[in-house]
Amino acid sequence: MLGFLKRPIVVTAEVNLNMVSLTVASLLSRLWCLSYPRAVVFDEVYYGPFISFYMNRVFFLDDSGPPLGHMLLALGGYLGGFDGNFLWNRIGAEYTKNVPVWALRLLPALAGALSVPMGYQIVSELRFSHCAAIGAALLLLIENALITQSRLMQLESLLIFFNFLAVLSYLKFFNVQKHSPFSLRWWFWLMLTGVACACAVGTRYMGIFTYLLVLCVAAIHAWHLIGDQTLSNVRVLCHVFARAVALVVLPAVLYLLCFYVHLTLLYRSGPHDRIMSSAFQASLEGGLARITQGQPLEVAFGSQVTLKNVFGKPLPCWLHSHQNTYPIIYENGRGSSHQQQVTCYPFKDINNWWVIKDPERHQLVVSNPPKPVRHGDVVQLVHGMTTRFLNTHDVAAPLSLHAQEVSCYVDYNISMPAQNLWRLDIVNRQSDRDTWKTILSTVRFVHLNTSAVLKLSGAHLPEWGFRQLEVVGEKLSRGQHESMAWNVEEHHYRTSQEQRGQELELHTPMKANFSLNLSFMARFLELQWRMLTLQSEEAEHRYSSTPLDWVTLDSNIPYWLNPRSSAQIHLLGNLVIWASASMATATYVLLFLWYLLRRQRDIHDLPEDVWQRWVLAGALCGGGWAVNYLPFFLMEKTLFLYHYLPALAFQLLLLPLVLQHTWDHLCRTQVQRGVFSALVVTWYSAACHVSNMLRPLTYGDRPLSPGELLALHWRDSWDILIRKP
Amino acid sequence: MLCASGRLLAARAETSLFAPPGGRGPALRFPRRELHFPGQLNPPLWDSLTGRLTRHNASPHRRVILKWGRMQPAVGRGLAGSELRLRKSRCGSRAARSVGRDGAIQATARSPKPPRRSSRRFEEVGRQALLALVTLLSFATRFHRLDQPPHVCWDETHFGKMGSYYINRTFFFDVHPPLGKMLIGLAGYLSGYDGTFLFQKPGDKYEHHSYMGMRGFCAFLGSWLVPFAYLIVLDLSKSLPAALLTAALLIFDTGCLTLSQYILLDPILMFFIMAAMLSMVKYNSYANRPFSAPWWFWLILTGISLTGALGVKFVGLFIILQVGLNTIADLWHLFGDLSLSLVTVGKHLMARILCLIVLPLVLYMAIFAVHIMVLNKSGPGDGFFSSAFQARLSGNNLHNASIPEHLAYGSVITVKNLRMAIGYLHSHRHLYPEGFGARQQQVTTYLHKDYNNLWIIKKYNTDSDPLDPSFPVEFVRHGDIIRLEHKETARNLHSHYHEAPLTRKHYQVTGYGINGTGDSNDFWRIEVVNRKFGNRIKVLRSRIRLIHLVTGCVLGSSGKILPKWGWEQLEVTCTPYLKQTLNSIWNVEDHINPKLPNISLDVLQPTFPEILLESHMVMIWGNNGLKPKDNDFTSKPWHWPINYQGLRFSGANDTDFRVYLLGNPVIWWLNLVSIALYLISRSIIAIAMQRGAQLSTKVEELTRVLLQGGGQVLLGWMLHYFPFFLMGRILYFHHYFPAMLFSSMLTGILWDTLLRLFAGGLASSSLAKSVHATGILILILGTAYSFYLFHPLAYGMVGPLAQDPKSPMAGLRWLESWEF
Repeated sequence: MLGFLKRPIVVTAEVNLNMVSLTVASLLSRLWCLSYPRAVVFDEVYYGPFISFYMNRVFFLDDSGPPLGHMLLALGGYLGGFDGNFLWNRIGAEYTKNVPVWALRLLPALAGALSVPMGYQIVSELRFSHCAAIGAALLLLIENALITQSRLMQLESLLIFFNFLAVLSYLKFFNVQKHSPFSLRWWFWLMLTGVACACAVGTRYMGIFTYLLVLCVAAIHAWHLIGDQTLSNVRVLCHVFARAVALVVLPAVLYLLCFYVHLTLLYRSGPHDRIMSSAFQASLEGGLARITQGQPLEVAFGSQVTLKNVFGKPLPCWLHSHQNTYPIIYENGRGSSHQQQVTCYPFKDINNWWVIKDPERHQLVVSNPPKPVRHGDVVQLVHGMTTRFLNTHDVAAPLSLHAQEVSCYVDYNISMPAQNLWRLDIVNRQSDRDTWKTILSTVRFVHLNTSAVLKLSGAHLPEWGFRQLEVVGEKLSRGQHESMAWNVEEHHYRTSQEQRGQELELHTPMKANFSLNLSFMARFLELQWRMLTLQSEEAEHRYSSTPLDWVTLDSNIPYWLNPRSSAQIHLLGNLVIWASASMATATYVLLFLWYLLRRQRDIHDLPEDVWQRWVLAGALCGGGWAVNYLPFFLMEKTLFLYHYLPALAFQLLLLPLVLQHTWDHLCRTQVQRGVFSALVVTWYSAACHVSNMLRPLTYGDRPLSPGELLALHWRDSWDILIRKP
Repeated sequence: MLCASGRLLAARAETSLFAPPGGRGPALRFPRRELHFPGQLNPPLWDSLTGRLTRHNASPHRRVILKWGRMQPAVGRGLAGSELRLRKSRCGSRAARSVGRDGAIQATARSPKPPRRSSRRFEEVGRQALLALVTLLSFATRFHRLDQPPHVCWDETHFGKMGSYYINRTFFFDVHPPLGKMLIGLAGYLSGYDGTFLFQKPGDKYEHHSYMGMRGFCAFLGSWLVPFAYLIVLDLSKSLPAALLTAALLIFDTGCLTLSQYILLDPILMFFIMAAMLSMVKYNSYANRPFSAPWWFWLILTGISLTGALGVKFVGLFIILQVGLNTIADLWHLFGDLSLSLVTVGKHLMARILCLIVLPLVLYMAIFAVHIMVLNKSGPGDGFFSSAFQARLSGNNLHNASIPEHLAYGSVITVKNLRMAIGYLHSHRHLYPEGFGARQQQVTTYLHKDYNNLWIIKKYNTDSDPLDPSFPVEFVRHGDIIRLEHKETARNLHSHYHEAPLTRKHYQVTGYGINGTGDSNDFWRIEVVNRKFGNRIKVLRSRIRLIHLVTGCVLGSSGKILPKWGWEQLEVTCTPYLKQTLNSIWNVEDHINPKLPNISLDVLQPTFPEILLESHMVMIWGNNGLKPKDNDFTSKPWHWPINYQGLRFSGANDTDFRVYLLGNPVIWWLNLVSIALYLISRSIIAIAMQRGAQLSTKVEELTRVLLQGGGQVLLGWMLHYFPFFLMGRILYFHHYFPAMLFSSMLTGILWDTLLRLFAGGLASSSLAKSVHATGILILILGTAYSFYLFHPLAYGMVGPLAQDPKSPMAGLRWLESWEF
């Protein structure tokens, strides 16, 4: 107990000076002059508004990725005391005084800087030599594209950081596993793997591929463990269970957590509300919630409502009608019923109001007590402004010829009787006697005579319909589709004829408070679903590129240009490094196949442990490159060069491994080794030289004359902004 | 994967155990089956090994058995026991000796006497009879009421029509490769159909036109699915009950039945898929006799069937993938077999390249050659193809045409986009509606030939009529500044800084001016791609770009379809992004200029590889173009295995003759359960084996069937199902049917094996046998009964819809989404 009396307390510190110096160098390269330029650079114009939204707590929806990355950027703003007041309207706009540029750019820069020592660590944990580890770190350190990207408010450096962290902590865990499983360090690294994976996925959807890669490697290792018969069944079960918790459950929980924080932070309504469902909107402060607060929950006969289409594509809209009628003859010569138009209108309007009428009563007001409408009830919908009845009949709709026309019935005294009875079908009912609730219920209106369903067809009507959206009766109820579902958004009771024009709500105990009604999971699922299915308008961009351009560095992106001095920042990689990294990957694949074929013929070129290391290194580094690159070939969205950087980072780890392998196993004689090391030194000096030449375009710190720019215009496909004299 | 590595290890274990050092001599090369009977070769070693099944030492035992079962089907059957007897006496006696302790005990337990020749022959006859019965049942169900309904059903309207096109030899365009439609056309031709029926829309009565030939052909191919599946399962599991169960599932499935009864591509496609699978399995079973005649026969047949599958629909790629994976795994094992010299392995490789790559490619090209030779008349598909392609088709205005070679001022031309299926630059007397840029005349691209595609090339600065004979001919040269006047409306091609209607980042292109008088926004610089200044511009050959002088943008088509107001033609824009894509490159197709001499176009005819390439580009484009609309209900891949919703083949109302494509729910849901059950049992077995559990020989044999045979089929199911989740095009329920075939085979194998495993745990073998037989019988009878219930779906029904409680089908509407 009093051991310290007998023995002195000794602190032994082991400091890897290589690591330290690498870290310092990378911090310098990433943080130097960080707040320059004090202007919006390229994609900062995209992420900036989200930071402002976080500062103002305003809800937004961004389909480009999950919210963790955005939140981290916003954290920088929060720490720097940003008030969110900046108009992010164009690239190159000068930042005002209140924008803490340094703080905003700090987190991505730190992440970028820390990737360098992490690269070192990964290579050493792969049990390759110290020399190879330094090589990997140095490559990461001088790669111009990585520097540029991490010095700005962009997410790629964060993604690379988390990717590396996931791989590194898995390797640490794997190495600890060999001698002391279930130790504290073992748990730490295992959990950290899960956390890093969750963060990578939370920053960018692309992170999921690195996650899957780590998961695959872990599964294979676990499979070997299952086959290890020196372990008891219980112990194997513990191993598998621990991995499942740390690598599957934990990331899932953290991913949810990140959305939870996101939704908790953003509680005010904002410009993107309209995309969300009514219930979601009502859960935000302001906006719809202000209108719907205190409105009665249950829809009763006589209620006045607006009906919103649940699907809301191509536009969120409300059921609408107006005085105008369908043209007697359409442009293509077909006839219509010439009754009053019914459309879906994307703006709030007095013509969006409908009264739910009981077919058996003649009054348009709510009785006292109110008689709620239930699932299966037959109702009539009366248009508030024109008091005409919603009707459909066996006349082809104006644009969707296979569907029925929906109109507000006008009696022309010809043999076309009113068919205005609709059966209410509550889609998300709990029981068959459920009442129709404002906002919460999604309902379908099934026409009684023809069993057609009221549906938004998604087509825009021509001029005569004011280009509002077409509403039709779909004859065959071909499955459930959200375009057939509607929900009540605004809702009033009116008690009697005398009080017309004056809003008086009945005293009813069932007042709605929707923000409490919608659970986090419901909100999360809706938000995630909308983020994944939101079809952003196909944006053709001047500087977009295809995955094939990336490997050969055929394109660059001009990020920023100083209008006065021609100083400019480009996302531009180091040609030497890119070319050699691609070559190294190809070499790895060829060597691997060669060894594999030889092993299949029972010729073992490499000792077993070297082979194992070689495979693991390839699986993690080469695999990391593949999973971060190849999926882009299947994507249809607009792609930019910076999408390649996570893949490149892994490629840079693989490069020194291949070099070391060549040195160790392919160079047989001392002479070969001498020549090889000389080549490597030359190559690295060349890389440094190129990196230095491109430095003005990386930092943008030096005014450049047209001559200098022309000298940097090495490839025709590069966009270097040269001003005409 | 696991079993594969097991097999791989087995090869090595054998060589390391039994091969003499350096043993690559003839002794080891051939008679692998003799050598690999450990019992015969080295009984003491064999005995010492039995029973020791721990992972490290004695896995050779297990692996030997795996190998053994694979190499010696006869012995495999002997071990699996039950109904199947050994076929060849030579193998039989040897097997009896070599079965080892366990096997011998089992063999005696099951058949006290060694199998006699007569009983074997009897069983052989019985097996043939069973196969015949299954085939007969299949044909009977498929051909029953084949002529009903006597009107066009569902997609018959397409494929029947395309069959007619072949008979009439008119060129058309379809997104699928031609083989299926060619066969339909051939069947129609042979059965006396004259190609005059129009196949306009579903529900049209055939009346006097002969349609039974085409339907009969499809039903004939569709009927073969059942015996094929039967044989595949028999070969994979060596178990008659499993094969019978599979056959019953397919015979009694209303979905397969319906799909086989009409003029569709699916029965043809599935026929080839199953044929490929069957020949692959057969050829695998001859792995112990490489380069023998049956081996070659089945290998070649695999290649031919693969061509067939791919030639009918691109979905055939999935079975190619499966055969490819199988072949790679196979070659990998051969490569790892050190008893084979590299030359032998090379021979194996060459044989596969020849039969599975070269032969199918040649056949595939032959199909296209026939397709192109047969269709030599101009028809509805012309506009989808390039100008040079069209010159082949008789009746097309480019066929045997002769036109002036070089463009000159005053020429009347049509301008075609180089990207497939964009069409001709077009304008018409309609304005862009309000809200879509300036209200000027629309300019679009249009796929069909039309007078509105004609444009006149004029000099930008003079309005004099260049056709006036007093002026000399002046050729248009690369880099000239020109004006394009629309011939019908006399408006100039024009662009300006307004957003294009759909692609908001591009500029709008309009027709502007009155009688050819406009403004400086009508000026375009004409450039030939990769040419120097001053060159003339050639018809058809020159790839030109039109660059707007004022804004510097390039004339292109975005390929997006305009809404109703633009007649669903394609949008034309002027793009400020100068990257060279095919969308902004054009060529001149028609060219009229009376002042110039004409040259013949025949020199421009494309070569066969060009035609092939172009057809495929157009097909791929067409497939990608089949995108579902947002607001329509579409079939999703997850609907399919649960039989969520069918397809109406004919009729919708209660007075109609209704046919509804829906799988027999009993069978489909059984399949679904089986897949889950298979995955569970497979993981349990895999983990048990990885943990080094000791399995008895019999269980070992059953698990081998489950892992290998079941694995093959499961792979087939996955390959034919999961890719649909990635497809952007519009999907239909019937896309699932190839996967469903595999799923049914899996069900057959799984239940037979599971019942055997379960029954194997029972005490007495006679009880076990009867439990197994009862189980299989219950499943077969159950499916037969469900077929009796659901058969009106396939054979047609009239009367009230199933929603109506009075309908006889009312009780069978188990899901609300079914509409029959």
